[in-house]
Formats: sequence, C-alpha cells, structure tokens
Amino acid sequence: MALIISEEQKMLKESAAELLKIKSPVNSLRDLRDQNYVPYDKSLWNEMVEMGWTALIIPEKFNGLNFGYLGLGQILEETGKNLCKSPLISSCLLSSSVINLCDNEVLKAREFPLIMNGTKTMSLAIEENSYHKPYDFRTRAKLEGDNYRINGLKTFVIDGSTSDEIILVTEIAEGEIGFFIISKEQKGIEIKNNILLDSGTYSDIKFNDVIVPKENRLNIKINGKELLKDILAIAYSGIASEMLGIILESFDITVSYLKERQQFGVPIGSYQALQHRASKMFSEIQLCKSIVIKSLQSIDYGDKERYKYSHLAKAKLGKTIKLVTNEAIQMHGGIGVTDDADIGFYMKRARVLQQLFGDYNFHLDKLATINKY
Amino acid sequence: MKSKTDVSLTDFRKETRAWLEENCPMSMRKPIKVANDFYWGGRNPKFNSKDQKIWFERMLEKKWIVPYWDIKYGGGGLSQDQNNILTQEMSRLGCRKPIYSFGISMLGPALLKFASEEQKMKYLPDIVEGKIWWCQGYSEPNAGSDLAGLQTKAVDKGDYFEVTGSKVWTSYADKADYIFCLVRTDFESSKHNGISFLLIDMTYDGVSTRPIKLISGKSPFCETFFDSVKVPKENLVGKLNEGWTIAKYLLTHERQMIGGIGETDIKKKLHQIALENLPLINGKLADGILRTEISNFEMDEEIFDLTIQRVTDEAKTGNNSGALSSFFKYYATELNMSREELILALSGSDGLVFEKNYKSDGNLARKFCRSKGNSIEGGTSEIQLNIISKRILGLPS
Repeated sequence: MALIISEEQKMLKESAAELLKIKSPVNSLRDLRDQNYVPYDKSLWNEMVEMGWTALIIPEKFNGLNFGYLGLGQILEETGKNLCKSPLISSCLLSSSVINLCDNEVLKAREFPLIMNGTKTMSLAIEENSYHKPYDFRTRAKLEGDNYRINGLKTFVIDGSTSDEIILVTEIAEGEIGFFIISKEQKGIEIKNNILLDSGTYSDIKFNDVIVPKENRLNIKINGKELLKDILAIAYSGIASEMLGIILESFDITVSYLKERQQFGVPIGSYQALQHRASKMFSEIQLCKSIVIKSLQSIDYGDKERYKYSHLAKAKLGKTIKLVTNEAIQMHGGIGVTDDADIGFYMKRARVLQQLFGDYNFHLDKLATINKY
Repeated sequence: MKSKTDVSLTDFRKETRAWLEENCPMSMRKPIKVANDFYWGGRNPKFNSKDQKIWFERMLEKKWIVPYWDIKYGGGGLSQDQNNILTQEMSRLGCRKPIYSFGISMLGPALLKFASEEQKMKYLPDIVEGKIWWCQGYSEPNAGSDLAGLQTKAVDKGDYFEVTGSKVWTSYADKADYIFCLVRTDFESSKHNGISFLLIDMTYDGVSTRPIKLISGKSPFCETFFDSVKVPKENLVGKLNEGWTIAKYLLTHERQMIGGIGETDIKKKLHQIALENLPLINGKLADGILRTEISNFEMDEEIFDLTIQRVTDEAKTGNNSGALSSFFKYYATELNMSREELILALSGSDGLVFEKNYKSDGNLARKFCRSKGNSIEGGTSEIQLNIISKRILGLPS
C-alpha cells in the first residue's frame, strides 16, 4: 500500500482548505471566544454538513459516503490548520465510529440519518480521570428487567455542552463493557461545563441512577473491550491528524515570520541559530506526516498492526507538537506571547490535544508494552 | 484485477526467488562480520573463500552485478520494479552483495549522467566485471565542510594535466586501482566554477597513500598524495571547470545512500538487545529511564523507515525534492548514533571491551566509536541543516 493520499482524498482536502480559509480564519476563533465562549459557528457547521463531512465514514448502506479514515483525516488536518471548532471530532470521528462498529442495526438506521444531516450531534463519554486511563471503569450499568441503571462520573467529554446525546462507555459486569446512547434530557444526568485552555467547552457528566432502556445498548453481541480498542485506535489517529494540521500551520507561520522580521538590519531567519532549529523541526515534521498517513490507512485496511501505528502516531505527534508550538512562540519573540498574535492559539489548542486520549508518555509506555519490555 | 505487469512481476519474483535459492551459496547468506567477508574486485582480485568466487561469477553470468544498468554497459537491463524485487528477494534470503564497489554506487551514476559515450563504454563494463577497484577523492585537509574550497590543482600542460595536492578520507586508496577526483582547474574564477572531475590511475608516477587510524582502530580511510602526476586529458569527465555539478549530484546520491534509501540491512531491534541484557520487573525493564529512551528511539526508527517509504512513493507520482536527501542523511545518522549510544548503555561494562577477550570481540565499543563519524562524513549534520533551511525552507543567507 503506497503511503500517499488518493486523487479523491486530495480533492476533498483541497475543498476543505478552501472553505475553511474563507469561513474559519483564526480570527473567528478569537470572535467565538470573545462572545463568551460560543462553542462553534452553527452556520459553518451547516456548510460542513452540506459538503458531506458528516457522512464520510458512514457506510453506503446507510447512504453514507464510506470514504474512510484517511479521508476524514484530511479534513481534520485542515480544521487543525485553521483552529476551526466544530463537532467533527465528537460526533463524526468518535460517535459515528462507535455506532458503526457496533451491531445494533436499529440504532444505526435511526441515528445515522440524523448525524449525517446535522440535526443531531453526539459526544462520546470515555474518561473518568483527569488523565487517559481508558480501561479503568468506576461507572456501572446494572441490568434491571428491561432497563439499565447507570451510576458514575465521566470527565473531559468533548462538546458535552452542545451535543444532543451522549454515548456512554461503561462497565456492565466484571470485564464486560457496554456502549449506550443516552439523551441528555434523561433524569439523573448532571452536567458541569469547563472552559479549557483552547477556548473549548468540555464537560463532566454525572449519572445518578439514570435509567436507560435495553434497546439503547449499541453493542449487542460484539465484545465491548475489543470494540473499545478499535475506537481508541481511531481516536488516537484522528486526533493525530488534527495535530498534524496544527504543526504544519504553526511551522509555516513561524518560517514566514523568520523571513519577515528584521533585527540588526537583517531578517532574523538569516541567523544560523534559528535556521538549524527550523531545519530540525522540518525533519521531525517529515516523520509526523508519514505516521499519520500510515495509522489512518492501517485502520481503513483493517491492518493487524493498526493499534501499534495509532500509538506511534499519538506519541510522535504529541512530542513534535510540543516542540513546534514552543519554538513557534519563542521565535516570534514578544509578539508571540500577546493575544493579538495567532500563534498562541495554536499552542493552547496543542496542549489540549496532547492531553486528549493520552500524552506522549502514555503512548510511549504502550509501545514498550506491545513489544513486551 | 491484476494488470499484465503485475502478473509478469509476480512471475519475475517467483523465478528470482528460485534462482537465488539455487545459486546463492549458504555461506554467502550469512551477515557480514569481518573485513574478509567483503569482495572488492580490482586488478588483483582477492577472493577470500571459494563460495565468494562462485557467488560473484554466477551473479556476473546472470548479469545481476548491476542489474539496473543498460545491457550495453554490462548491466542486467532490469526495470525499477524488477530491480526492487531482486533487492527484496536478496534481502529476504540474506544474500550478500556479490561485490562491494564505489564504482557501482558512486562513480557509475556520475558517468551515466555526465560522461561521453566513449568513456561509458571504457569504464562501466570494467566496473560491472569488478576489474577496477575505484576510490573517491573529494575532501582535503583544508576542504571538509567547505568542500568547494579544495586546492588540489590540475594544471593544463598541453596534452596532459599535471596534478599536485592531497586528498583525505579516501577509503581503500591503498588498495584501489583508480581514484575519481575533484581538482581545481581554474584559479581565477569563483571557487565553485573552477572545479573539474578527473579520473586518475593510482599507479601513475607521483601517487602515494598513507592509512588513517581512527578512534575505533584500524580503518579503510587513507590520505592520498599527488606529486606532479601526469594525467591524460581524456580522463576528464564532463566539461572543464564544471565538475561541481557532478560533485553535487554525487553528494546528493551519497546522502541518499547514507540516509538509507534502498538499504536492505535488517538490524536487530534495540529492545531485543535490552531483553537479552537487562532484568525485568513485572514484565517491564527494571531501568525505567532506559525503557523510555529505547521506546522513543524505536518510535523514531520505525517512523523514519515509513518516511523513506512515503517519500519514495511520492517520488513515483512525480513529487520529488532533491534537498530532502539532506533530511534523510541528517536523520539517519543521528538515529544511528543514538542507537550506538543506547547499545553501549544497555551493555554495561561488557560493551566497553575494546580488545578480544573471553567475553566479547570488542566490536561494540569499536562500532560505537566509529559511529561518531556518521554525522561528519558525507557532509556534517550542520551542513545538512544549512541545506534544508536554504533550499527547502527558503531562509535568507
């Protein structure tokens, strides 16, 4: 399998770049923030829906585009470049993937059309700690007749404040994991919203004796643990795509600044101290590009090593995004730490993405564990 | 559906595999360990074993010494896809190269691109047949990173050039038959414009060599001296004073080779070496810091290999940047040096053994020392970073 994107994927990427450049420059993030942290621009979301982005990974059987994760990754790279906020990650990358990989055909037929036409958005509730520890469940769903009774706390839920429904991952019995669709209107749900570093809203969701009908369970026969493993691989690779966009754009902005900014009567980019650091970043970025394609491709083709590649992607991108965003601010000098400059927004979004679904240390540890050392 | 070429390539792979299995002697499938495992050819060829001779002769007869060169120059005329398959199949079996030759890897590509047809016919078949052992004369004592500042001069004496000066880091110059050299032929113009590419027979009067000993011990490197050496004019490759173009071409080529493009060596995984040497606690290396460093190294190593693949795949679609060879050279050598550091770290005091003893052959410590040259030879890491910042990032001088 050649490590390149296809012509169709390239076209998709270019159309995304075009739309976001006009409709979602970094300044629009600043505006959303200044209007008391509006989560995202609804009219832009409608345009994304019209472009078919919400249908990208949904199978043709449900009138989706079946375009695969390498396709969706191209869009996420572009939203990363523009720091564009939307429910793409929560609803399309994560929630749609869960529904798709589960075996509840009734829910698929009911939910996919609503997700695709943009009338419904969903959030996936996985974390229970302030750091990534996906198999460490304290929430419980207990079967009582035709219903499950759910108790527990989920944290760091992306777009929890705006989504219509929550997909909850929880332990049902010892070692058995269930995925449930739960309306936010359900009695016993308590939501606390937090504004984080990237101006995004993330929620802590408390479940107090929430009663959910059996029909809302997404995985009927499918092993929840195996499923979670695949969802995580998708999450790691998808988030890595957005991180790649952030890395590429903040590097580009910085290299341009090095050519522009004059000190001592010369552009600062003529100094070797800065040139070599820029060249080193360029080199690390070459590696980032390769592993993002490889990990997305390995998911699309059901490659046995997809889990490893997704850890490699999140580890490498996590390490490099820290390097590049820090260097970006340093090379901008004083202007880099002002709110007027765009570059700070990249660093802020980067830190949140680094933490989401596990940082560099977490994934490096997993890589060692995979190789049994 | 498979296309016609796919089918014929599948057949080619099958035939190649069968031929190699039948014709490559078992001893030629073992990893290279000592200097005698290499065969270099030359005017006084020295085979170090019967199998080495058999393997070379069979490959020569099969026209697979340089499988991708044109048949008229003694090559095998294979397509790029076929050649890739042959390389993969050889690496699958662990087959050694039948001959190690700077003629094939360095001079050949330059001749193919810049030499006259007459020169190609004269030199290329001899390279294929291993009749001439070539070495390279680029660096000088005062021209290392600043290669274009080279001072070895070739003065036009009518029907010959008179060459005077010295070269350094000329690998195997003490054994080679010929040297391809960068010499200064114009002393007035800017330094890049007065360089020519000259082929010099090492038996000419006035040529002498002296070996260089490295921190790792004995090495193939030499110094080479030219004292009023008479070189026929027909030995000039390309146009007079335009040798820098050839030099740049070859440097790019050399960086790609060092950078691992087309490399087939399979190195032992670092974590396997760690598992052989170090204790585990709860299934994890007891030394947590070393564990992190190994994991980080293997992350970069694996993704670097994917990057070679990605850039090769992109090149096939016509997306190619020559300056990327600087990135490959820089990154591959830095990686290899980290690898050697880590091997030393996880071998403890056993890794420090320098002379053969009951525990070790001393190779670890020597390889470690040798790796210090990686980020210097073929253009230092700093030179590569300069090239990236100027040619790729477009940063001002």
